Amino acid sequence: MTVNEVPQARLQTPFYSRLVALDTVNSWHEWKGYTCPDELYCAETEYFAIRNSTGVFDLSPMTKYRITGADALAYLDRLVTRDMSKIKPGRVAYAVWCDDRGQVIDDGTIFHLREGEYRLCSQERHFAWLQAAAIGFDVSIVEETADVAALAVQGPTTYSILSNMGLDGLGELKPFGLMYFDFEGTGLMVSRTGFTGDLGYELWLSPARAEALWDALFAAGKNYAMRAIGAHALEQARIEAGYLAAYEDFLPAHATVRTGRTRSPLELGLGWLVDFKKPNFNGRRALAEEKRRGSRWRLVKLDIEGNKTANHSYIFAREKGKQEAIGFITSATWSPVCKQNIAIGTVRTPHGKVGSHLWVEIYYQREMHWSRVMARAEVVDKPFWFPPRRSATPPDPC
Amino acid sequence: MTDKYDAILVGGGHNGLVCAALLAKSGKQVLLLEANDQVGGAAITREFADGYAVSACAHLLYQLQPVVRKELKLKPRLASANMTTIALDEHGEHVRILGDTVTGAAEDDAASYRRFHRRMSRFARLLRTYFNKIPPRLGTKELRDLATLGRLGFDVRRLGKTEMREFLRLIGMNIRDEVVERFSSPVLRGAVSFDAVLGTHLGPRSPNTILTYLYRLAGDNGRIASPEGGMGSVSDELAQAARDAGVTIRTGMPVKRIVVDNGRVTGVETDGGDRFDSYTVVSNADPKRTLFDLIGARHMETGATHRVQHFRARGNAAKLHLALDGLPEFAGMSRREYGERIVIAPDEHYVERAFNPAKYGESSPEPVVEITFPSFRDARLAPTGKHVMSAVVQYAPYGLKDGWSDAARAEFEAATIRVIERYAPDITQRIVASELLTPADIEREFHITGGHWHHGELTLDQFLFVRPVCGFAQYRMPVDGLYLCGAGAHPGGGVSGAAGRNAAKAILGREKAA
Repeated sequence: MTVNEVPQARLQTPFYSRLVALDTVNSWHEWKGYTCPDELYCAETEYFAIRNSTGVFDLSPMTKYRITGADALAYLDRLVTRDMSKIKPGRVAYAVWCDDRGQVIDDGTIFHLREGEYRLCSQERHFAWLQAAAIGFDVSIVEETADVAALAVQGPTTYSILSNMGLDGLGELKPFGLMYFDFEGTGLMVSRTGFTGDLGYELWLSPARAEALWDALFAAGKNYAMRAIGAHALEQARIEAGYLAAYEDFLPAHATVRTGRTRSPLELGLGWLVDFKKPNFNGRRALAEEKRRGSRWRLVKLDIEGNKTANHSYIFAREKGKQEAIGFITSATWSPVCKQNIAIGTVRTPHGKVGSHLWVEIYYQREMHWSRVMARAEVVDKPFWFPPRRSATPPDPC
Repeated sequence: MTDKYDAILVGGGHNGLVCAALLAKSGKQVLLLEANDQVGGAAITREFADGYAVSACAHLLYQLQPVVRKELKLKPRLASANMTTIALDEHGEHVRILGDTVTGAAEDDAASYRRFHRRMSRFARLLRTYFNKIPPRLGTKELRDLATLGRLGFDVRRLGKTEMREFLRLIGMNIRDEVVERFSSPVLRGAVSFDAVLGTHLGPRSPNTILTYLYRLAGDNGRIASPEGGMGSVSDELAQAARDAGVTIRTGMPVKRIVVDNGRVTGVETDGGDRFDSYTVVSNADPKRTLFDLIGARHMETGATHRVQHFRARGNAAKLHLALDGLPEFAGMSRREYGERIVIAPDEHYVERAFNPAKYGESSPEPVVEITFPSFRDARLAPTGKHVMSAVVQYAPYGLKDGWSDAARAEFEAATIRVIERYAPDITQRIVASELLTPADIEREFHITGGHWHHGELTLDQFLFVRPVCGFAQYRMPVDGLYLCGAGAHPGGGVSGAAGRNAAKAILGREKAA
């Protein structure tokens, strides 16, 4: 009897060989079937690479769909809440899409690659929903997750590194824009997008050329303290940037069983993405009704006093001398760059207006013993980290 | 050319006519556009051979609702008001069913059928109460919905403990288990099974066939009538009632699309390019045709299109019309019985076996047949001394594997005649002309997607507050100002007028609420 070789249960990304070569801690997690690093050296060092030099994150497992056809624009315009006709070729849009009840299924980015040709990227897979949405449209939807390798290159020195690598003209690229380059005979798409709220780019190309791209990038960044990073560092950076994560700050509507556990875009602070001037889009009726009646929940960004992170804490409001639980924290971290104790949370309306003060109940452990503190928190409006370099065009070389 | 109407009806089937008439009666300016040259939809009488006319699709009247008759002051002239069902036996030992009485079956069966009929009638009456109501919406807090739902629960409870349990046990069940338990006569078993599966894509062993049986019974306590002059006379009377109420009826005007502007309907456009304006458009077409062809999926939200896409509406019943130079000889049947309803379904297995091929996209080699000779009581339908036969034949699946080619049609027609020949051997030599309407033909001629005469399968998942689909079962469709008034809406098919009347109530009620 022969023993068959057991195939690896988790897939390897096109950059896996390079990640493994740099890895020193052997800490991995699963992301949509792929094995991905939590960290490669130490999450903190990697975080500082994002903020002070350049962090390189492998985002190949990001779900990608190619959407083409005569009705591609009309299709996307009905699918998502924002006005897609404003997104010209060469531009990228952050968008959310909802079910008929106006509840968020997911958020993601839509790249207008060429006239009438789009790529939709999201954390979750949505093929069934995208197919259902295609009824009555002349549109083709192809899942191309494994056909495109992608790297996020994020941090203040990214522009210099990529220029070193020979990407001439990158300085013209504005935030949420995309450009095409030639990389050793292969098409390379570069978009000025990211999940860190900093200056940064995302590189997209054929998986066959992935390792070559990695090598060229690291050669160009040799003198810039560039580091490959894992998911922990990115998570810290995205909270600073005030970005939402599915399954943390909201649950995809299709993943919930209990009623009332979903969120509308209005409840997630994404009202600016909902364009009621469009005659029809998924969730329009329900959202118009919600706008009229008022939302149940409000997403809040909190600046919390003290230095103890408020993971999964209850949020309280003080009313008539009594403290009442009004919500909970969904993402929290200490922000080294802002030197702030920050969090994203969800509270019941009418609580959580910008500038109001709430209380966060933080449990923490010191040498086995648990303690509790009620920390005062201020609701803030802007992202915690929003440096001018993020949008400077052309970026300062450094 | 543009005109402003209070409401435009797309399609002049019987439900469309009822809806239009009721809207006009409450003072609305109503325009009704019919694609064909005569109104009535699938409820028309037309000539299929020189001098021979027949009800083109629906041929028996089970359920024209008394409230509809009353509100529109209809007095349909009936050739027969209460037809006996004669279930044929190959040896001439036919079983005759009328009301709760069965003759020709075993003695026990007669008593058993009476009990069965009493119970089924009680359940059917319960259903009928809800035929003429707008179904409640689920998951709302609105008083009207809650009251109707509460009433439904109360009515079920009021059946009494035992009967309620029976109702809940039976409602999702198959008819075969019930007939086998109750009756010993194969012909009776077959006839009851046949009534349960008529017009469906179901066999006697399919779950849900008790519901379809009750639906048939619910119309008019199971009474079967045959209108004088064919079904067209009912439509003609409805059309007259509509005209009298002030409805403008225009035939030969196929609607190309329902115009949607900024999320609401604003009128319709015909194939001929005419444009009529109205903020209320009521479609008598089936749900898929209405929402996908006339409106367009892009004007709806994804969840709604997905549900409509999955609405099951594939017809399985064909219509066979024969022009005969004389009545064929059925052994064991007296002459006056040619005016009754004749059924070929000799036992429950036969019916199930007829259904089996349909599951795989094939037609039945030995079909089940419902036969009437309308000319027997209505001489105008055929030349003097001649006759017409109007038969419903199953199963002829809409999605026939290799398509309804001429050969496939000839094969099915021959199979049907072979089956009838077993009981009336001289039928073949009597045939002067014939016409077979498969579901594909019904789709083409009457513009019904899938050629399903109920506009969609009548099953628990497409019934009452989820007909045609969950969220849009109250005649209001997912685009503002658009309503559905045909058989695809609650309660379903059959020449009942209930859907049309309920739709009119929904439209008028909404206006009052606004």
